[in-house]
Amino acid sequence: MVPQLFFYYLAFASVASAVLTVGLRNPVHCGLALLSLLFHIAGFFILLNAEFLAAVQIIIYAGAILVLYLFVLMLLNLKTEERYLHRRYALWLFFGLLAAGQAFWFLLRSPFAGKPGDVTPEKVTQFGHTQTIGITIFNEYFLPFEIVGVFLLGAIIGAIVLAKDRPPAEGPRESAP
Amino acid sequence: MIPLSSYLIVSSVLFITGLIGVLIRRNFIIILMAVEIMLNAANLNLVAFSSYLDSMAGQIVALFIIAIAAGEAAVGLAIIIVVFRGKIATNVDQINLLKW
Repeated sequence: MVPQLFFYYLAFASVASAVLTVGLRNPVHCGLALLSLLFHIAGFFILLNAEFLAAVQIIIYAGAILVLYLFVLMLLNLKTEERYLHRRYALWLFFGLLAAGQAFWFLLRSPFAGKPGDVTPEKVTQFGHTQTIGITIFNEYFLPFEIVGVFLLGAIIGAIVLAKDRPPAEGPRESAP
Repeated sequence: MIPLSSYLIVSSVLFITGLIGVLIRRNFIIILMAVEIMLNAANLNLVAFSSYLDSMAGQIVALFIIAIAAGEAAVGLAIIIVVFRGKIATNVDQINLLKW
């Protein structure tokens, strides 16, 4: 009974925070609603026996990514605008609702079948979730892990190069007599 | 025991909310936040399937998605800073220099 109540609370709160993130006027309030969504998704992960992912979700998403968003929001000092929706938002809203209908149509007619793996909840409880996920990631998924590392390096270099101040122009253009 | 379909319904509602947010908002940063909502919905879906199928693959992919979201946020916000520095606009319908 308790997991059901927890699930309903999490479902209601996460959908409400997602709607607030999309609908609020002030960008900083949107960021705070997104923070609430991230915490409730971490609650879902705990409900699904994925404690390591819940910790990673809170540390990386709420602790690093969201702080980056709020930092840029405050750096740019965005004002709350009178017109915060797109000019032709009614058209795009129609297409979004069309996509929603299609998603639910596919959801209702899919059978949710799949081949069960060998990592049962008992095994996870015996070894601990962190050890199980670590052994899997360093045995079977080692190459993707390295690729993600290279990807992060590229993303950081790209961000620094993009946001760096250009040095003042020098050389042949100014040396003309 | 909570059925798998409940998780899938919550995750698809979150995904559609993010999609509608990307489509109707004007502010670039809010659009990136809506993309984060969509990535989180995909994560929830992956972890739910991974838990119900007794397999670790979904959770590993969820970890990779978190890393990719971090890279996307860094590069996207750097692009926003560049655009904001050159021209005072953070709304997507005012940034149309590349539009033919």
